[in-house]
Amino acid sequence: MSLRSNLPELAKHTLEDARKEFPIEVKDGDFVVAGTNFGMGSSREQAPLVIKMCGVRAVLAQSFARIFYRNAINIGMPAIICDTTRIDEGDILELDLSNSKVLDKTKGIELTFPRMSKTMEAILNEGGLLSYVEKYGDLLLA
Amino acid sequence: MGGQTLAEKIIGAHTGAGRVSAGEVVIVKVDYTFSHDAAGPLLINQINKLKAGSINTAKDRTIFFIDHAVPSPTKELSNDQATVRNYAMNNDMILSDAGNGICHQVMAEDYSAPGDLIVGTDSHTCTSGGLAAFATGMGATDIAVAMKLRKTWMRVPESMKVNLIGHSPRGVFAKDLILKTLSILGTDGATYKSIEFEGSAIDELDVYGRLTLTNMAVEAGAKTGIIASDQRTKHYLKEFGREAMWKEIRADPDATYESEITINTSELEPQVALPNSPDNVKRISEVKDVKVNEVFIGSCTNTRIEDMRTVARIFNNRQKAKGLKLIVTPSSQKVYLRCVKEGIVETLMNAGAIVTPAGCGVCFGALGGIPADNDVIFSSSNRNFPGRTGNPKAQTYLGSPATAAATAIRGYIADPREFL
Repeated sequence: MSLRSNLPELAKHTLEDARKEFPIEVKDGDFVVAGTNFGMGSSREQAPLVIKMCGVRAVLAQSFARIFYRNAINIGMPAIICDTTRIDEGDILELDLSNSKVLDKTKGIELTFPRMSKTMEAILNEGGLLSYVEKYGDLLLA
Repeated sequence: MGGQTLAEKIIGAHTGAGRVSAGEVVIVKVDYTFSHDAAGPLLINQINKLKAGSINTAKDRTIFFIDHAVPSPTKELSNDQATVRNYAMNNDMILSDAGNGICHQVMAEDYSAPGDLIVGTDSHTCTSGGLAAFATGMGATDIAVAMKLRKTWMRVPESMKVNLIGHSPRGVFAKDLILKTLSILGTDGATYKSIEFEGSAIDELDVYGRLTLTNMAVEAGAKTGIIASDQRTKHYLKEFGREAMWKEIRADPDATYESEITINTSELEPQVALPNSPDNVKRISEVKDVKVNEVFIGSCTNTRIEDMRTVARIFNNRQKAKGLKLIVTPSSQKVYLRCVKEGIVETLMNAGAIVTPAGCGVCFGALGGIPADNDVIFSSSNRNFPGRTGNPKAQTYLGSPATAAATAIRGYIADPREFL
């Protein structure tokens, strides 16, 4: 199996270009908080998959590259577009998807984000596109 | 109701409603779905988990390419390729096997046609927009579902118009036009949008060059890049025995564009993207004389036959600089064969080039041409992110195949107009 197809092995290199220690330091339940155009470039679904495999529950960024954004939702990992400039490393965050807000408990601030399209919400609610299609047997307009 | 953009027209024609507007989320029928050896194993894994629908509904419109690392350099990649090859063969789908060509080039030669809606597991799927198709890249799970159900969901994108007016001067090619466009838009300037290219410089550009423009639309974050079909499109399709696939598709004159930029191509000189981003663009006169260790002429961005003819015209009995590595990859087997028949391969060999089989390998560091530490590469490809070519300690400049050829001769970044 190539490294690309061996996800557990590939996950050991998650975000290493941005931060070498990321795969070791990341903990289950962490959020990745990023700047702009997160996930730029390729269409590879491996990119969000390995982030999810590291235990990351959501990625927050000021903006996302289109394919990364779509892939993240498809694998059931929330990709949240919000003003991340106010968040610092180590802040305790709580994501409230149904009310479209992020609570920074450390700072006591609330960040809102635009509501996702209903289709994306429905896919995310089912835990990803595959489970969605399994449940409904089809793609439906939400 | 107002007029429609190309994206709205094509997406609308693939919905039950027949008409859509930017911002709507819709379910669309797809004409072609494709994947390749880099995303295929994950896609097949996903498709096997799906019970819904039948995979055999459109075998002649489902294509698997083996193009990303050919011939395979490792047993692991060979196994991935075997997975993809066997899946395509067992399910009676189209297999474009190793050596046949880069998926986006083969799509443009044999399949994509005006008005088609195409989705593939590769960010450069948008290349087919040069033939007035709506084509966009997605991930493995999306395409797995699209292969099963023959449909996908999408948000109808807002459209941005890029007017390329004037007449491209000597030495300025499609690659220079898109690099100039990227320098204005930036790598997220068109995120989620459809870029429609038009203007006199587009009217004068053949489909070969148009495919170069739409190929790099994704480098501005766009969902796709698209160009109306015209007599040049018809001529191109005829060349590949597909004249019957031609139809005229253009945006309505009163269509709504979210924004618009205009570039006067008459004023341009060859453009070069500096490390480490395709939007870090300067005029050739500002970057001349940078010493280069390796020149790569290849990738889905260009190296169609027109580009290869230009490159051959520049080499024309000239040699590459001593000590410089020169690698040329035609974009498909068809292009390669024409290069052989037209004597282009001989010209390249005489220049000291290594001519490789058609594939993606060198562009993204999968095999062949992986640079040494501190090497400077000049490439005709589409991305120069750190490590893209397989060594994070190397640096990559991007430019047209013509600029790459001139650079190979001189050994430093050189102006192709010297040789044209």
